[in-house]
Amino acid sequence: MIDMLATYLNIAFVRYALIVGVLIALCSSLLGVTLVLKRFSFIGDGLSHVAFGAMAIAGVLHLSDDMLFVLPATVVCAVLLLRTGQHTKIKGDAAIAMVSVGALAVGYLLLSLFSTSANLSGDVCTTLFGSMSILTLTRTEVWLCAGLSVAVVILFILFYNRIFAVTFDEDFARACGTRAEAYNLLIAVVIAVIIVLAMNLVGSLLISALIIFPAMSAMRLFRSFRGVTVCSAALSVTCALLGILISILWSTPVGSTIVAVDIAAFLIFCLIARIRGGITK
Amino acid sequence: MAQLTCSGLVLGYEGHIVLSGLDFSVDAGDYLCIVGENGSGKSTLMKTVLGLIKPAGGRITWGEGLRENEIGYLPQQTAVQKDFPATVREIVLSGCQGRAGKRPFYNRAEKELARQNMERMGIASLSRACYRELSGGQQQRVLLARALCATQKLLLMDEPVSGLDPLVTSEMYELISRLNREGVTIIMVSHDIAAAVRYASHILHVGSENFFGTVGEYRESALAKRFLVQEEGDEA
Repeated sequence: MIDMLATYLNIAFVRYALIVGVLIALCSSLLGVTLVLKRFSFIGDGLSHVAFGAMAIAGVLHLSDDMLFVLPATVVCAVLLLRTGQHTKIKGDAAIAMVSVGALAVGYLLLSLFSTSANLSGDVCTTLFGSMSILTLTRTEVWLCAGLSVAVVILFILFYNRIFAVTFDEDFARACGTRAEAYNLLIAVVIAVIIVLAMNLVGSLLISALIIFPAMSAMRLFRSFRGVTVCSAALSVTCALLGILISILWSTPVGSTIVAVDIAAFLIFCLIARIRGGITK
Repeated sequence: MAQLTCSGLVLGYEGHIVLSGLDFSVDAGDYLCIVGENGSGKSTLMKTVLGLIKPAGGRITWGEGLRENEIGYLPQQTAVQKDFPATVREIVLSGCQGRAGKRPFYNRAEKELARQNMERMGIASLSRACYRELSGGQQQRVLLARALCATQKLLLMDEPVSGLDPLVTSEMYELISRLNREGVTIIMVSHDIAAAVRYASHILHVGSENFFGTVGEYRESALAKRFLVQEEGDEA
């Protein structure tokens, strides 16, 4: 088995897939903690469906590089969704649900009306559940992904204290003169970028899992914000690595394998927390 | 000169007027309680003073070199905070945000300030404890220590004793009075008129009629007689 793995690791596109997978897992888990705590778990789901819809539109318009359309469209939706504060007519969760389902429906409708592809259901399935497209990444895409990931990590470290303050108590942060709106905007933009990147990896239906599971697992065991953040990042990277390796060795679908590993990790963490709680209490 | 002066203040949001014609001022060392019925706009007043909501009219003036980010705020707890994974130290330190300004990380002086304020609130031994596992009274002490990191001059509190049991409530009031004696100006929103009259130096009563004055003047006013009698009637 190790020989087989070594052979695979010698192939460039397998190495690319591992690099990109790990970077995306790292970024999504960093923001996952904030999103889960702010009760925005489903924003990942909603935005990924928006990205799906945008991709369909880009396909219909025959854009040569659909990234140029999908990324801005998703960012705009992210900003709109996170802005739905207390004083809007449509509440946060309802707004996310509407946008999410709406984009999914319109996207599929457009695809089936205008698609030129012979294998429509195959295409849709690929976009929804991820595909082997992570194994067909070009060198440019890997560099783009690496660059964006590094930017996300640097932003997160620089603004770590302020992100904590805004997540824990937005009113207090604003009273102290922190521009909470600006940070919410930053979080929205970054999450949109991560989602568009992650679509290659796990597809648009499973992105939420990358954002939510590591954060939830870490919150079972750790009591400090820093502990939760670091553990969630480490766990997410480990699960992504394991998932990709398993999927290469047993040729299972990449996205769902990673999510399955995440679920397994969550169950293990729950169990450890239960045992620990039993001892300390 | 007063630390805070509000003149002809009109409160409201989205074109809906909640309160109007508010005139009051707070001097250094005062202990002002803002009382009134539920829904009379007490919390809106607090948020307006903090600059979270723009006033619909009138003026808010800060005096004595008080900068806008030198206000300590003790908000009502939100549902998000009840199960937030963070240590006491992390939360208290986040009160130094205004001081740190554009600097991304806290420096040694700010960490020392956080430590001192935890000691002042009697929670130094809990500094590594998880916030969500503390009792209600301890959580309020953590938030007070955080507010003290933001200011040494003026604290604004929104219902600081709501949800606390009677014993912890009186401990909390004593703690706030101690801070006031140490020179911190207190502005507190409360629905507990009896405690307000006992501990505060000034009362601002908002609602259909507004009243502002010292506790002595308030006791003599017709408004207070109605409310205090009603309160005592409730307790009997």
